[in-house]
Amino acid sequence: MSTTLSKIEKRTAYTLLLPAVCLVFAIILFPIFANVWISFKDVELKDIRIPEPRAKKIVKNIQDSDSELKIIYKLRNSSLIQDIREVRFSDKLPKNIDPVNLDKRCEFKSQKVKCFFGNWEAGYRENFEIFVKDVNNNTINSKDIKSSKPDLTGKSNNILLTTDFTLKNFKNVFINNNFFELLMTTFYFTFFGTLGAILLGIFAAQLVNQKFYGRTFMRSILLFPYVGPVVALAYTWTLLLDPNSGTINTLLVNYGVIEKPINLLGQKYLIINILGFELKLRLALTTVIFFEIWRYFPLAFLFILARLQAIPRDLYEAAEVDGAGPFRKFFYITLPQIIAILSILFMIRFIWNFNKFEDIFLLTGGASGTLTLPISVYQQGFAISNIGMGSAVSIVIVLLLIIFMIIYFKLIGKKANEI
Amino acid sequence: MKFKSLLITLLASSIFLTIIICIWKILATLQGLSFTNLNFNLNLLLSLGLVITCVFIGKKVNHNLKIFILSLSFTILYTFLNESSPMWFSLGIFLLILFFTNKLKKYDLKYLNQDFISEKIVFEFLSLFAIVFFALVILFPFYIMFVTSFKTQTALLINPIDLSIDFSKNIFEIFKSYFVIFKTYDFGRYILTSSYVSVGTVLITLLFAIPAAYAVARLNFFGKTFLSTSILIIYMFPAIVLVIPLYTVFSQLGLRNSVEGLLIVYTATTLPVAIYMLQGYFKSIPKEIEEAGLIDGQNWFGIIIKIIIPLSLPAIASVSLYVFMIAWNEFLFSLMFLDNPKTFTLSRAINHLTGDAETPRQYLMAGSVVVTLPILLIFIYFEKYLVSGLTAGSVKG
Repeated sequence: MSTTLSKIEKRTAYTLLLPAVCLVFAIILFPIFANVWISFKDVELKDIRIPEPRAKKIVKNIQDSDSELKIIYKLRNSSLIQDIREVRFSDKLPKNIDPVNLDKRCEFKSQKVKCFFGNWEAGYRENFEIFVKDVNNNTINSKDIKSSKPDLTGKSNNILLTTDFTLKNFKNVFINNNFFELLMTTFYFTFFGTLGAILLGIFAAQLVNQKFYGRTFMRSILLFPYVGPVVALAYTWTLLLDPNSGTINTLLVNYGVIEKPINLLGQKYLIINILGFELKLRLALTTVIFFEIWRYFPLAFLFILARLQAIPRDLYEAAEVDGAGPFRKFFYITLPQIIAILSILFMIRFIWNFNKFEDIFLLTGGASGTLTLPISVYQQGFAISNIGMGSAVSIVIVLLLIIFMIIYFKLIGKKANEI
Repeated sequence: MKFKSLLITLLASSIFLTIIICIWKILATLQGLSFTNLNFNLNLLLSLGLVITCVFIGKKVNHNLKIFILSLSFTILYTFLNESSPMWFSLGIFLLILFFTNKLKKYDLKYLNQDFISEKIVFEFLSLFAIVFFALVILFPFYIMFVTSFKTQTALLINPIDLSIDFSKNIFEIFKSYFVIFKTYDFGRYILTSSYVSVGTVLITLLFAIPAAYAVARLNFFGKTFLSTSILIIYMFPAIVLVIPLYTVFSQLGLRNSVEGLLIVYTATTLPVAIYMLQGYFKSIPKEIEEAGLIDGQNWFGIIIKIIIPLSLPAIASVSLYVFMIAWNEFLFSLMFLDNPKTFTLSRAINHLTGDAETPRQYLMAGSVVVTLPILLIFIYFEKYLVSGLTAGSVKG
């Protein structure tokens, strides 16, 4: 009895899970593996359109005869780079209407014109004509003829499914494209973005954890940067930071803080002189990191605030009796209580920031020294139109991610579930 | 000891006041006043004077009378010593000082005699400053976005930091950018597409996630632990590594430039977190209630519909709002999949606007307001639910 029940239970579980698992397989897991396949192929964006035979049907009247018509099919190969083999054509004619002097390549059977056109090379075009006549010499209604659509089929190589592989993409990624700089930029961005967001998150959480007038309002607006759409916020910041008429630059010039506007998003380096030492600051990268911090500290804030509110009040009261000030209370009570959650938060946010695409893409598009790995996927795949290269960069990202995840689960994976 | 804490109070509070006055001045510049000097040192001296008088007067005079007279005299002195300014600016200064002196209420010589008081004072003004800082840093871009959308091209060219709204114009003129983006740039259609995609994603996600989450939470089956770990792992894989294969496959299947394609992708990418959040909540529902349902002859389907869903409405609301937010704000896939303006979502449409360098910035900002406002209103209205969704899902983003 119990075995049948557990069998039913199992079957139910699989039925309930099936739709979700299938969808996730198709849209998330399949692409990750497909990347491996594509990354070993020499594919460009234009290659992925499957060539199709196409036809446009035009019906023309013939002078002095209502019972005859000319049909013109404008045939073409949709691709300019690939051939199509064994092109077959078929179109239906209305009842009692027969073709006259049909082309040799075609035959007429049960009111259907069927043709075999053979091979079409890339960019092939032809105007194919059929004359038709009503058997009973009645007037032909051209609408009847137009109503049917020609059906074309053909075989072509789908470049994605062939088995020609190459190592070219990986060679390009690791050797030709300044891979080390790319990696370092990504790490700078990820590390400082994560660290800054968490520090600001601690500040904000500590602030909101106090009692003051307008505290709930403060808590709401602290989440605005994350809740707002990235497109709108990134463009607003681009306008704010614009060197020509951006609000911030104009204000700074107006109050004499700087002499000339600074192109915060378009300048790769800023050279600072401190005591005779020349310091090169990655300006655009720093600006992007600040945007990143601004946008994602609310998440750290929420997480930390939840933990702060769980710290028992009497700990603080006891410390107060001992005469500890606010700073000491923070370092000796609060910090030890939240340090575990901070390390988890750091790992998770690190993984996520590592993959950030939209923010940098919208602010700089990867220019002026802000090219990170995710932006590189887009640039290779869509700006340079080399899909294979893009996939190769994706593979690099996936491999690094797997390493991060192993570290994450080894270090704190078990603890994370307890929180 | 007393001297030290007095000194710290003076410094902390007067620096705080001076910074607040500077911020007020900068904000006034954005309303078209042509200040060019912050007069930091002068104002610092003024503030020091104010704090000293305030602390020494202490509780000898009625509090309300004291702060009123102090604010008034400070404002007059300030207006006299600084460049000329309109009435509303001075009024702002007056209100600021009123607020500030009210904060100083408890600071008299007796109070400063307490133990560890200097650390407390620094902390207090640091907190006040942090409130102002956070509010400013967060709200400033939103404010700029909003006011820029009401400006005209010529006005912005003449003085790019004068962002005041000219109320002497008629309503149509003021809201011109909005009329333009709805009429010329077809934003009405994009709002519909965005709403359709977001609501659709929420519904389909729930349809797939509720049964799956129930199975993970309640039923025993082979591979259960493996599945619940892999939900988290799958969740960590970012959209950017999926984009090239999906692009190629969707191109070949003809799913690009279709809203259905977006719906499928959005649903799949939000499913793991939805399942994760829901199963956590389902586990907290007492099993006895379900067993009662089983005895009543309900099958699994009946249990989910009649027991689980009504009991977990708050969790479902959180998940729905969270998924809605992700779908509404999503940019990467809409950039990749949509090139036909007929299928654009709002985010994609704004990105398309910037593709043309000639597009005036007030139109861009009006578009940004149109995409930002709905999600912020939803957030404010349903904050409780969305926050719990965000906290659970805050590993992502």
